[in-house]
Amino acid sequence: MRFSDQFEQRFADMLTHYPTKRSVLVPTLLYAQDEVGFLSDEVIAELAGRLGLTDLEVRNVITYYSMLTTKPRGKFNVQVCTNIACMLRGGEELLEHCEKKLGIGHKGTTPDGMFSLEEVECIGGCSWAPAAQVNYDFHENLTAEKMDRVLEDYKRRVG
Amino acid sequence: MADLVSHPDEVRVVSKRFGMGATNLERYLELDGYKAVQKAISMGPEAIVNEVKNSGLRGRGGAGFSTGLKWSFVPKQAPKPKYVLCNGDESEPGTCKDRLIFEHDPHAVIEGVMIAGLAVGSKTGYIYVRGEYRYLLEIVQKAIADAYARGFLGKNIFGSGQDFDIYWHGGAGAYEVGEESALMESLEGKRGIPRIRPPFPAVVGLWGGPTVINNAETLASVPHIILGGAEWYANLGPPKNGGTRLFCLSGHLKKPGVYELPMGYNLRKMIYEVAGGISNGRALKAVVPGGSSTPVLKSDEIDIGMDFDSVAKAGSMLGSGGVVVLDETTCIVKFALRTMKFYQHESCGWCIPCREGTDWLKKTLIRFHAGGGLKKDIDNMYYLSENMLGRTFCPLGDAAAMPTMAFIKKFRQEFEDHLDGKPCPFEKAAEPVLA
Repeated sequence: MRFSDQFEQRFADMLTHYPTKRSVLVPTLLYAQDEVGFLSDEVIAELAGRLGLTDLEVRNVITYYSMLTTKPRGKFNVQVCTNIACMLRGGEELLEHCEKKLGIGHKGTTPDGMFSLEEVECIGGCSWAPAAQVNYDFHENLTAEKMDRVLEDYKRRVG
Repeated sequence: MADLVSHPDEVRVVSKRFGMGATNLERYLELDGYKAVQKAISMGPEAIVNEVKNSGLRGRGGAGFSTGLKWSFVPKQAPKPKYVLCNGDESEPGTCKDRLIFEHDPHAVIEGVMIAGLAVGSKTGYIYVRGEYRYLLEIVQKAIADAYARGFLGKNIFGSGQDFDIYWHGGAGAYEVGEESALMESLEGKRGIPRIRPPFPAVVGLWGGPTVINNAETLASVPHIILGGAEWYANLGPPKNGGTRLFCLSGHLKKPGVYELPMGYNLRKMIYEVAGGISNGRALKAVVPGGSSTPVLKSDEIDIGMDFDSVAKAGSMLGSGGVVVLDETTCIVKFALRTMKFYQHESCGWCIPCREGTDWLKKTLIRFHAGGGLKKDIDNMYYLSENMLGRTFCPLGDAAAMPTMAFIKKFRQEFEDHLDGKPCPFEKAAEPVLA
């Protein structure tokens, strides 16, 4: 199992930040997921081994955190907030628009593996609602048209 | 990058450096950066705690507990290391203020953590940033690295003979981790399950050591208090509610945004003057004054000062500063349902009243909103909520129960209008405001 040099450097660095090894687990899982795309059995076994935990202990943590996934997702994960502040300003309609546009539902992935879609809880875009995140990028004050442009932009990025 | 707004009534303390490039350390130093921590070193622990106590600063995460008092609970002598933990897991629906602090003034948080450390005799601080805020975590990582590079962190800070280290930490998506004991569990690499108290974190916290946990806005306020003085800060707000607050105005408003206003600022003025009033010329129906967990206020209950004590007197909570404004087209049952869907999703399942209560409330509200409601459901939902209150390890159970009870109590008629298989009376009227 090989991660990037940046990952390894960060991992080694983080181990010096806490009195227990296990403390690096949550952020490390997310960084590992960013590199591999999802938390595969291999990733779980590798990190469990490094931290002196069982696979089950690592899985137990993974299932608690909403951003962590053990299943592959699309290259771009579109996360539309429909919580109260976004709901009042069209978050649900925006999610519906994305469902139609991408032809997938909540936690679905397009057949070409380009996009995944997720209805998410509050992402802290309340004053700029409706808001969505594509991977880690925030997109705010969205309309259906604006969302279309956002999605096109990501598609174009891959060429 | 979230847009900034401004209004003449704003009093800029925490947001003083917003939009001024203060993520850059040199720029931060030009703007009085790292002066407060040096002053704090010369003051000594007791004087720092007293200054913060006298300033009337109360926790900006939601509970509103006196920050100075919290710090004073940390024992002077402890067999285990003491820690300072900055809570940047901002997740309460309606709240988006810590985001701006990390984006525009990360060094103020670092300075606040250092001063808290000096006050309680800790040598180590952690800044926990929620997983979704990756770009902010990167800003914090750089700010910490820059502070180390200048020798502001590490050994012998500012020639004081004291060492202080700060480390960043990232979450991975969990509302409950914003609760202090769950936050510690998460930082220790576990599921964010709450711990029973007592013992309180100030006595037994991270890895068993005494731990001070403060919200990012609270800590970012501290350097300003140290420099400006307790009296100045206290006088910005009403008695026992010192200072200013970043209010996150959202919902059906003409000019939503995050505005920094003095504590005690009138809620009606906040809605109609600062945020420009209700969009599309509609009438106000209700306001959720402090994030989704706080009891709703009706349109005739908004002539109140927005400080901890005044909002409590009005039967709600100032909470995390998230003011969500609902116009007349909003269906309260649907709003209550969306609120409950959230709490059901976020409940960790550790305490049965919360796990089962949120699930049953959600199921009942779904059925109710779809027209399958029974008259007895209304009282049942109220009774169920009442029985969740105070019966869980962490306040997530309360956070789900309190708003539900207020929705039922204050808008009972709307619940009754959904009875007998009638379609939701708001389904047609509710057009989204797409800006």
